[in-house]
Amino acid sequence: MSTLSAIVRELIGLFVDDGALALAIVAVVIAAGLAAALAPAAAWASGGILLFGCLGVLVVNVMTAKRC
Amino acid sequence: MLGSLHFGSAITAAFLASLVEAVEALTIVLAVATVRGWRPAGLGALSGLAVLALIVIALGPVLSLIPLHVLQLAIGVLLLLFGMRWLRKAILRAAGYIALHDEAAAFASETAELQDQARRHEARLDWLAGLASFKAVLLEGLEVVFIVIAVSAGRGALLPVSAAAFAACALVALAGLVVHRPLARVPENTLKFAVGVLLSAFGLFWTGEGLGVAWPGDDLAILGFIALFLVTGLGAVALLGRRASVVAS
Repeated sequence: MSTLSAIVRELIGLFVDDGALALAIVAVVIAAGLAAALAPAAAWASGGILLFGCLGVLVVNVMTAKRC
Repeated sequence: MLGSLHFGSAITAAFLASLVEAVEALTIVLAVATVRGWRPAGLGALSGLAVLALIVIALGPVLSLIPLHVLQLAIGVLLLLFGMRWLRKAILRAAGYIALHDEAAAFASETAELQDQARRHEARLDWLAGLASFKAVLLEGLEVVFIVIAVSAGRGALLPVSAAAFAACALVALAGLVVHRPLARVPENTLKFAVGVLLSAFGLFWTGEGLGVAWPGDDLAILGFIALFLVTGLGAVALLGRRASVVAS
């Protein structure tokens, strides 16, 4: 049982290591999805939110990381 | 031209990622073999490969039932989470914020744990050793399977991408059999940085496609995303390094 739960934990860990990063990425995708749904004619805006949102999230996350 | 560009990036991503994962799995399998011999290590590794094969056989037909844009969106988001997680770690490791992954240390730690288990559960040790080998192959293998499926999704690139991943795993297994110790000289963080960049770029592309974004240049946009993630990652390493040197002085 403990092996199974360890496997499940590690599987989740494949995608979520730093919770703040994962949440921020999901938030960017939701924002891009909302933009795509509200203004389907301006899909480029959704792409822009996705592209610059992800790059911004990465930069902010690593620049605020603490040394360990 | 665009198709071969996509294939090339997908094959490179799968090969490099599989190389990293196979090195990590090999370290554990070698530790098991060192402490308890090749029988439990080999049986555990083979069982892990068999379960992986079953997962691929079961997943294949299911994936073909999912509408393409839903599949693109789901895989895109997972690739973004997976790729940016690798890229973040690689940036922080390159800047000295977290310690580099050390295969020799991982090997020593796994060996010590198995020896400790040997003192406590002699009768069950072969089973425990085999389980450690099984878990390592299964978990690292699942990452390989995910990457292969994700980067080849919806483009009919499954066979060449799988072949690249298989070649990387076979190469590492062969090297492990020849040298009989962990492959500590593989530049793991550089590979993880490169894979993080490639997977993040693929994730961004697929997520956008799933949301209905018509990327300028179609597949060519992936190259632009790779360049942007690479420049951002290298810039972040430089900035963090500069900050660390200012704090130190």
